[in-house]
This record gives sequence, C-alpha cells and structure tokens, in this order.
Amino acid sequence: MKKVTTLTKTNRLPYFSLYFLWIGLFVIAPVALIVYQSFFGIDHSLTLSNYRTYLSSSVYLRMTFNSFWFAFLITVLTLAISYPTAYFLTKLEHRQLWILLIILPTWINLLLKAYAFIGIFSQSGSVNNFLTFIGVGPQQLLFTNTSFILVAAYIQIPFMILPIYNSLVDIDPAIINASHDLGANNFQTLWRVIFPMSINGVRSGVQAVFIPSLSLFMITRLIGGNKVITLGTAIEEHFMTTMNWGMGSTIGVVLIIIMFITMALTAGGRKGKAKS
Amino acid sequence: MTEKKHWLGRVYLVFAFALLYLPIFYLIFYSFSTGKSMSNFKGFTFSHYQTLFSDSRLIVIVLDTLIVAVLSSLVATIIGTMGALGIYRVQNKHWRNLILSLNNILMVSPDVIIGASFLILFTALGVTLGFGSVLVSHIAFSIPIVVLLVLPRLREMDATMIDAARDLGANGWQILSQVILPFILPSVFSGYFMAFTYSLDDFAVTFFVTGNGFATLSVEIYSRARQGINLEINALSALMFIFSIVLIVGYYFINHYTQSRRNKRQRGGAYLK
Repeated sequence: MKKVTTLTKTNRLPYFSLYFLWIGLFVIAPVALIVYQSFFGIDHSLTLSNYRTYLSSSVYLRMTFNSFWFAFLITVLTLAISYPTAYFLTKLEHRQLWILLIILPTWINLLLKAYAFIGIFSQSGSVNNFLTFIGVGPQQLLFTNTSFILVAAYIQIPFMILPIYNSLVDIDPAIINASHDLGANNFQTLWRVIFPMSINGVRSGVQAVFIPSLSLFMITRLIGGNKVITLGTAIEEHFMTTMNWGMGSTIGVVLIIIMFITMALTAGGRKGKAKS
Repeated sequence: MTEKKHWLGRVYLVFAFALLYLPIFYLIFYSFSTGKSMSNFKGFTFSHYQTLFSDSRLIVIVLDTLIVAVLSSLVATIIGTMGALGIYRVQNKHWRNLILSLNNILMVSPDVIIGASFLILFTALGVTLGFGSVLVSHIAFSIPIVVLLVLPRLREMDATMIDAARDLGANGWQILSQVILPFILPSVFSGYFMAFTYSLDDFAVTFFVTGNGFATLSVEIYSRARQGINLEINALSALMFIFSIVLIVGYYFINHYTQSRRNKRQRGGAYLK
C-alpha cells in the first residue's frame, strides 16, 4: 500500500507539467497583467488616475449603469421566453431530438446570426415590410437600443433553455402527482412546486446570460450602431481604437468584479448541486 | 394533463422554434436571391455561391480557420487530458478544488477579458501577433473544457482495474496506455470535438490577438458585415449551417456511443455547451 501511494505521487508530476504551465501562463498571468495594466496611465506611468477618472466621470458611470440595465433587460426577456419553452419541452416525446434542435442554433456562428438581423431589421427588411403592411409604416429599427436587446436575447435563448430544462427533467414526477393529490391546481403546482425546484437551473441560466450580455461588443457594433456602449464595447474601444490600455484594463477589472458578484449571487443553490 | 394544456404548449413550442430558426432560414433563403439586399426576393440563382468559390482570399481564410481549429483542439486535448489525469490523482480535497477553480476561470470569463488580457500577455512577452498568437490563444481557452469532459469519465472508472493491472505486472506506462486511455477515450473524443467547435466559433478572443496580417472566418465575417449586406456572406452562412448540422450529428453519435456504454445512467439531454 505504501508503495502504491509513492508511485502515484511520483507519477503525478509529468502529467501536470504542461497543464500547470498553462495555468500559470494563461490563467494567472493574464488576470495579474490586466490588474497591473490598470494602474498605468496613457503616458505609461504608474498611477491611480484611471480609477479616479472612472469613479469621477459621469460618462463612465452612466455607461456602466446602462450596460447593467441592458444586461438586466436581456436576461429578463430571455428568461420569459425560455422558461415556458423548457417547461413544455419536458412534456414531449423524443426529447433528446428536440433538445438537439435547441442546441443546433448555438453552433452557428454568432456573427452570422447578428448579420441576419441586419437584413431583418433594415429599412426594407421583413419586419418593416410587415409594419408597412399592418399600417404602422416603416420604422428605424437597426441601430437602436431595442434592436440590440432583441438580438442579444435571441442569441442567448438556448443558453437559458438548457439549464432550466435540465433542472426540470430532474424533478421526480411523483412530487407533482403528490401536489395534485393534495388539491393544488395546475398553476399552484407550477408556482409553488415546480418553479422552486427548478430554481438552480434558472440561476445557472441567468449567470450564463447576464455576464456575456455585459460584454458582447460585436453585437453592439453590428446592431446597435455606435449608440449602445456596454462594458465590453468600452474595453474593445480602449484596446483596439484609442490604444488606452490602462483605462481599458480598469474597465476590465470592473467587469471582472461584476462577474464575481453575479456569480456569488447566482450560486446560492449549493445543496441542490451536491445532490446532482 | 388536460387536452387543452397540451395544445397550448404545442403552440408555444412552435412559436419558440420558429423564433430560433426563422432568422437562420431567412439568411439562407436570400443566399439564392438575384437581388443585392436581404429583401424582395427577385429570382433564383447560384451566383453568390460561385463568387464564394472563386473568392481565393476567403478560401485561404477558411483553410487557416480549419488549420487553427484542428491543431489547437489537438494540443488542447493532449494537455487537457494530462491535466485531468493529474487532477484525478490529487487526493487532497482543497488542492483539487483550487486546481478546478483555476481551471474554470477561463470558462466563465467574458471573451473580451480573455482577449484583452491575452493581448497584454503577448505584448509583454514580445510575441508577434498573427497565426501563432491565435493558435496559442485557442489552445489556451479550449483546455478547460477538455478537462471538464474527461474528469467525470475518469471518476467513473473502476479503481480496482488499475490495481488488477498492477498486480498482473503492468508498469505505469502500460497501465496508462492499455487500461486508462481505452476507458476514457470516448470522453477524450468529445473533448477534442468541443475544443474544435470552440475554436471555429470564437470571434472575440481572436479579434484581439489576430494582428493585421492574419484572419479567421469569424473576424472576416465581422469586418464584411460592418460594411453592410453582401449576399456572399449569406451563401457562406448556408454552407456553415450545413457544416454545423454534420458536426452536431457527429457529436450526437459520439455522445450516444458514450452514453450507451455508460448504461444510460445519465438522464436528460446531452448538455453540449
């Protein structure tokens, strides 16, 4: 027995060498570098000025608030569409196949899906044709806040449906039968039994949608024109256009902090996780 | 369940699936239009596909994208599988949790953060941006998914098999190559597969680390889409849609094979992403 443990200990190192190199170089170093960079001004001097600018500038604070608000609206819209979809999916036969059809759109390049909406929302696109047909007349749809929210929600719907579906499928049907036997109607069963039992799926779904919604800069560029600025757009702008990496990193640090807060708030279901 | 409720649910699902698929079919539909924009379908043509196949710049980009995907997923699978084998042997619970948390950082980080921080890293190391930096970035963000797919399979392995192999005189390498690897192979394949699609799908990270001379398909689509509608992109998306279907059917079979070998212990759907 003693020999076995020593054997495994010596065997561990070669496995880990490359993997630990990866952790050091591509997990720890990048996070450290982005924090380090955030203390550099545009003139490459060590300073706190980026944080001072960020916290005292109404432009940056309003941008952060807007980004938060957009992400919130996108998450609520996605959840409202996805929960019933996931619920009704559990009632179907051949569920594996239907779930595959939910997953398939996620395999299509995100940029192509955004590009489709450039056509759909354009002045002569199908939505405007429909609006003209019902007598509303053509509207400016592209490059608005609404179009950004709709497209971001569209792209993220499958990522909300899947975790909710997984938690709904795990519910023991006997519990639902018990609820009916005890006199609950369909709505009461849904609201007081099924929904609380699927809350972990909702949590992971919210986490999977909210964090990317803060950072999807390509959608804001393609669909929101240059009007919608999220945290992600601001980071991209500072790194790729204005070349102010210090400020870009500062916003990056803010995004990382928001990400941790979101994860802490949505990770409340430890007991449920331990079970599954 | 009452009849009425089923009926309502079906209608809702039709609505949901229409919502998911109409934009994609809209895109593909107009790839056959003789017009110049995505409205007023004029006449049927394959001309956009012809332009696509004679666009040598785009063909080079497609090949580059595939090379990056094949190579990065291969390296990521090797390193990720080794990492999983290492983590599997760690007895101390705290160490294991720490390594797993570090592993998952790149899974939960927004793409913008990964891209921006990798850009700082490459600049600090003096690496020229281009094929190399894109390849290395793709390897880096694909490793954690391989670990997450291989590790559960390792945990399912019966540890007495290894004891038996050792009792029968197998050395460390023989145990690995003839007992452990054959057992975890399906999950290694799914790991490779997921890494491959991660690489094909990525835009944000590549966008940051690609520099000027090199482009992947996503970056190219982005720069073309910013210039407005060009039905060549529609034709491209139709081809990529077919490619995605082929990939997902392939993945489904790998997964199905794995699952039947697991005696169908897993309930529910294959949670791919």
